[in-house]
Amino acid sequence: MSDTSTTLSLDALAADARARVAACAGLAELEALKVELFGKKGAITAHLKSLGALAPDERKAAGARINAVRDEIGAAFEARKAELDSLELERKLAAGRIDVTQPGRGQQPGGLHPVSRTRRRIETIFRNAGFSVEEGPEVEDDWHNFEALNVPANHPARAMHDTFYFPDGRLLRTHTSPVQVRAMLREKPPLRMIMPGRVYRCDSDMTHTPMFHQVEGLVVDDGVSFAHLKSVLHEFVQQYFERDLGIRFRPSYFPFTEPSAEVDIECVFCSGAGCRVCKQTGWLEVAGCGMVHPNVLRNVGIDPERYTGYAFGFGLERLTMLRYSVNDIRLYFENDLRFLRQFG
Amino acid sequence: MRISLQWLGEWSGGPLPAPRDLAARLTMAGLEIEGVEAAAPPLPGVIVGEIVERVQHPNADTLSVCQVNTGAETVQIVCGAPNARAGMKAPLATVGAKLPGGMEIKRARLRGVESFGMLCSGRELGLSEESSGLLELPAETPTGAAVIDALGLDDTVLEVNLTPNRGDCMSVLGIAREVAALTGQALTGPTQTAVPAASSETFPVELTAGAGCVRFVSRVIRGLNPLAKSPAWMQERLRRAGLRPISAAVDVTNYVMLELGQPMHAYDLRELAGGIVVRRARAGETLKPLDGREVAMDETVLVIADRDKALGLAGVMGGDHSGIGDDTTDVLLEVAFFRPESIAGRGRRYGLVTDASQRFERGVDPTLQERAIERATALLCACAGGTPGPTQLAELTAELPPAALVPLRPERARRVIGADIDDATIASMLTGLGMKVDHSGSAWRVTPPTWRFDIAIEEDLIEEIARTHGFDRIPETVQPARQPIPAVTETRIDGDAVADMLVQRGYFEAITYSFIEPGQHDLFAPGAPSLTLSNPISAELATMRASLWPGLAAALASNQRRQQPRVRLFELGRKFIVAPADGALHEVPVIAGIAAGSAVPEQWGAPRAAVDFFDVRADVEALLRATGASSQFRFVPGQHAALHPGQTAEIRRGGAHAGWIGRLHPDVERRLDLTYSAIVFELELAVAMAASVPHFQEVSRFPAVRRDLALVVEEAVPVQKLLDCVQRAAGAVLRETTVFDIYRGAGIENGRKSVAIGLNLQDVSRTLTDEETDAIVARVVSDLERECSATIRDR
Repeated sequence: MSDTSTTLSLDALAADARARVAACAGLAELEALKVELFGKKGAITAHLKSLGALAPDERKAAGARINAVRDEIGAAFEARKAELDSLELERKLAAGRIDVTQPGRGQQPGGLHPVSRTRRRIETIFRNAGFSVEEGPEVEDDWHNFEALNVPANHPARAMHDTFYFPDGRLLRTHTSPVQVRAMLREKPPLRMIMPGRVYRCDSDMTHTPMFHQVEGLVVDDGVSFAHLKSVLHEFVQQYFERDLGIRFRPSYFPFTEPSAEVDIECVFCSGAGCRVCKQTGWLEVAGCGMVHPNVLRNVGIDPERYTGYAFGFGLERLTMLRYSVNDIRLYFENDLRFLRQFG
Repeated sequence: MRISLQWLGEWSGGPLPAPRDLAARLTMAGLEIEGVEAAAPPLPGVIVGEIVERVQHPNADTLSVCQVNTGAETVQIVCGAPNARAGMKAPLATVGAKLPGGMEIKRARLRGVESFGMLCSGRELGLSEESSGLLELPAETPTGAAVIDALGLDDTVLEVNLTPNRGDCMSVLGIAREVAALTGQALTGPTQTAVPAASSETFPVELTAGAGCVRFVSRVIRGLNPLAKSPAWMQERLRRAGLRPISAAVDVTNYVMLELGQPMHAYDLRELAGGIVVRRARAGETLKPLDGREVAMDETVLVIADRDKALGLAGVMGGDHSGIGDDTTDVLLEVAFFRPESIAGRGRRYGLVTDASQRFERGVDPTLQERAIERATALLCACAGGTPGPTQLAELTAELPPAALVPLRPERARRVIGADIDDATIASMLTGLGMKVDHSGSAWRVTPPTWRFDIAIEEDLIEEIARTHGFDRIPETVQPARQPIPAVTETRIDGDAVADMLVQRGYFEAITYSFIEPGQHDLFAPGAPSLTLSNPISAELATMRASLWPGLAAALASNQRRQQPRVRLFELGRKFIVAPADGALHEVPVIAGIAAGSAVPEQWGAPRAAVDFFDVRADVEALLRATGASSQFRFVPGQHAALHPGQTAEIRRGGAHAGWIGRLHPDVERRLDLTYSAIVFELELAVAMAASVPHFQEVSRFPAVRRDLALVVEEAVPVQKLLDCVQRAAGAVLRETTVFDIYRGAGIENGRKSVAIGLNLQDVSRTLTDEETDAIVARVVSDLERECSATIRDR
């Protein structure tokens, strides 16, 4: 009798436990039920304890039944726990919903000045071609800015440079060329460098500002030729504009180079068809260049019979204008945030 | 310089290329053509009219009613020009004509009188600026002819931008020589035989300036008709060249200068005393040139003088009183050769850059003077009559410029140019340019023509060869770099990297002028010596900046005026510091910044607080951290004239000044008209941005302990002092301190503040025990109590 009643109550227990596990609405409730059934004073534990009262031959079978019920209920617990975990996660996720369309928080980055942006691109392009980057003083003396560059006192070319002077005769450099003079005095060939910087001319109107930026380039070595100069500048123009633009070298005159050339590129706005910017010529002047004049080499102690060299110079504002379609040079120095933000 | 193609065509043995083609070829040969313009606008319906009768308009004082012969009929024209008179020929825009301004001529009724067209001024036809009256046409102009044909207006003018080395091209003859060399056509031009003397009169000329003036050709011409005008064709050519017709004598000298490139001058013979002397000016000697001012001269200037006085600045400009007047009948023509060195720069010095000075300082052909004076005599006598005396030459034969003999190695030319041009081609190029080539050896000898002053050395010839060969035909050859890899250092953070960090922290880069208004210098660096330009472009751009703040503050102010309330700008550049001790100039590279408006951009999750010292200090600290040596820097309370006395720190590195940070002084803000107050900083790159190469330190595998201290100290005790004290007391196990709260107010006595500091303690070799930690903290607390009079809160 007692054997049957144990079996029965075990079955009832199992059925009851299954129902209650399934009915559990939360993890805490489930945990409490687990204690109630499997704890020291739990129903399952009570059944296991009752095995001691059974005859040894019955114990094995009864133990096996209890264990089976225990495992079954245990599995139900795990399954229910997994369900409840998943429900809990879903609840948390629902509570954690945000409006991802709200803007981000914190500081926002600023930006570089377009002329710096241009300067850096130019430096990168020439560094990749093995050029170093040099600097020099902005307040110069007459010798470095003019004399050494083969521009003696009464030279007509001085009229092309409206120079700012200080009372003691020093001046603001009118071009970055004095940097090459200093570089050649300091170092011996082979030289391969560019020299960016501020330059100054006493001129201010729609198309001129009294301060602007140039990048000068200089190469002095054995057997340097005009053909090398052409190749470097053509390559530069392609890299800078990321386009295969037509380029032409037009004979010109600078006291510090000979032969000298102005470099025109195919107009970037009309691709050479002729427009207002290129004054219908299809060409835009972007640089001056030439073979370093032997007098310049001599002035810095380099033997022009042994070495030849080329030099070139760009206006950074001009290149910036052509790259980013800026149409007024004066904007560069007004530092209007509405202008600067466009290059950030 | 402006060159008429009609005129140029006279000098060409064959037809000129089409204008645009010619322009392109000249440009690619080094004579840049900046413009190709029609000499006149198309003037359909504008003909030569002859006024046959002029009567006063019945209803208007300023108008007249003219009967004008059109060649086919006589039409009535109402005219407002004061110079209209019967017998005069003038341009007539007939009904239906279109004028350059777009005006179409219609039949009109003016104050009750019918008008069938319009008589025109030069301005109305776009031919000149002259608008005071009708453009009077010469009497011989055929009535009824189209004005375009009658005036030879169907012409093209090239605007040539000559480089300073090509003085030889400052004339029709010079350009024609280039054209001939480019096209292979012969160089022709009007032939000018010597004009025989009709009198024997000469005027004495003495050359005393040595090499400065070695040739002086002169000629007396008497009996000129002072009322005679230069012929219409000459006036028209002068006009196309950009010159204004003045009088027969002046027009002829200008014409010959434009044609041959030889400047010349005509004196009123009445005004000359004794004889002509070409000499150096005396110190203090003065002269009134034709433009009416008085200039003071010295011995470096050549003058043309007579017995008593200087008449003109040689090669630059004639004097006021000896020039040609309305009643001049007797003239002395001067055609001289001045050495370029004796003229160069003189015109600029006196603000007298003239057609003559530009030519002489670049070089005028020293064989040209006789040819020019014959041409001028012929042209002048043809229009104004006159009796020419003989051509007289004064010459210092020994001082004549020697013919240059320039060596040329064709091999070197090929090497420098980088193109294969054979010897025969080189020789023929040079010959085509008027040079004599002696190629009997491997080093050739080249004699440049007398008009080329820019051929003195081998490179000059190489340039001519390259130019004639065509730059576009020179190949592009890649030359590999032979340089060693340039140094890339980690011991300095370069300006661009610093700029990038500021950009990431919300700053925009500005570029401001290196010169500022002197008042700004005094505002930002009072008492500091300044460096000021002698010839600034304006008073606002006169003094070299000793700080970047004036420029940045101005940029801030202008942005605030443009409704930009939040501004963060920085600039990378040099400040110009004059050392007070020895006056030496130092160009110091700095990075400087300014911030105003809200600390962060307006947004939904952050308070709208204005930027303050500590926001910007964090930006500066971020830059300093990049050096890997933050601990070397100190923010020391300081005083700076432009900054708020209580919100200023000098940034020091070791013993050296590295920069400033602070709030602009309210007085400075007011003077700059700033709407919001601004925080500024400046770092001297050389000191502040020297960097350490990282050196690995063992990472501790043992747990760190955090202990927090809440200290109450007098307001005057700087937080830095507390931190220094903590550091000293805790020693090497102190990894980091964090100031996590600073509090003033309820619970804290007035005049005191609570500073909460977190200590992060960790040893590299073992776990710190509680007892050790307690002992360290106790030492820290006792030192803080002793050195900073700190009390521990909530203890």
